[in-house]
Amino acid sequence: MLANHRLLSLVFPLMVVAFVTCVHLSTGAGKERAAEAADPKLADGLAAWEQVYSVLTSPRCINCHTATNYPQQGDDRHRHFANVLRGPADRGVPALNCVGCHQETNADSTGVPGGPDWHLAPLSMRWQDTNDRPLSSAAVCRTVTDRSRNENMDGAALLKHHEGAALVRWAWNPGRRPDGTMRSLPPLSHVDFVDATRRWVEAGTPCPRGR
Amino acid sequence: MATYQLNVNGQTKKVDVDPSTPLLWVLREELKMTGTKYGCGISACGACTVHLAGEATRSCVVPISLVGNRRVTTIEGIAQDPVGRAVQHAWVEKDVVQCGYCQSGQIMSAVALLKEIPKPTDANIEESMGGNLCRCATYVRIREAIKRAAEQMA
Repeated sequence: MLANHRLLSLVFPLMVVAFVTCVHLSTGAGKERAAEAADPKLADGLAAWEQVYSVLTSPRCINCHTATNYPQQGDDRHRHFANVLRGPADRGVPALNCVGCHQETNADSTGVPGGPDWHLAPLSMRWQDTNDRPLSSAAVCRTVTDRSRNENMDGAALLKHHEGAALVRWAWNPGRRPDGTMRSLPPLSHVDFVDATRRWVEAGTPCPRGR
Repeated sequence: MATYQLNVNGQTKKVDVDPSTPLLWVLREELKMTGTKYGCGISACGACTVHLAGEATRSCVVPISLVGNRRVTTIEGIAQDPVGRAVQHAWVEKDVVQCGYCQSGQIMSAVALLKEIPKPTDANIEESMGGNLCRCATYVRIREAIKRAAEQMA
């Protein structure tokens, strides 16, 4: 009797652990973690993507990746003032085009940011919902990697875009606000952003599971 | 200070100003072209609208150093353009102006709109003129005048 009890006290915890592990692995998150554990390159790629995502959803980037008919401005991402609209080509409307204020470079003396061909990202590249909330990491990743929506960019082209596109680079040289203070920067340096993008691309541009 | 050579309404103008000086103040203070108005100074009201290479532009936020060799068109020169002339005639015909302070900016924006959309709908007009404010609320007559100018040009 005593021996049976002793055997049960040894076996029962093992059964519980086995059961929990099975349940965990059968869920999406569990499968993902198992896959990551089995493939360190995937794990590194997903970690790199999260770094990229932290930049894409910073105000300097996401303010022009709206799902609405207007851009946003400021670190609080409020609606752009002066009744500015997206327009049919993402560059405003006649007589109220983006370039009617935003010049080829920042205008620090007047506080207006600028860069070449200042415009909104197309709606296919929206990273927010229509209530101005950033989409999830998984949703943004799917958008960025969908070649039917991203101007047919593969991983190499995405890396090149993050490395050299003028309006992407602007995020790290955003100029001064009208009050003379500097605009805030994305959470990573441009070098680290490009490095994270490279690691993500080398891992095959993996996206997190989920909605 | 720096020297800039500008093309304003087809004429070459030379000014010595600080590079950070907004185009609006170069026009008003240096060239004494006071048709372009100062309203808000932050591109929110449209009173300072001029055309830079044909593009309706808020002159209060564009430093002179960024103008380059683009031609500048102001309200003083807009009648040289057939669309500008049609808009000015329509403005008079419809008796748009009340106090008049914002009207040079309104006309410059209306011309830019009609050059891109010769037959604008009400929605086109409301969207394109949405950045030009009028404290006298002459918006209804502005819309009528833009439509009248469009008819005249047809």
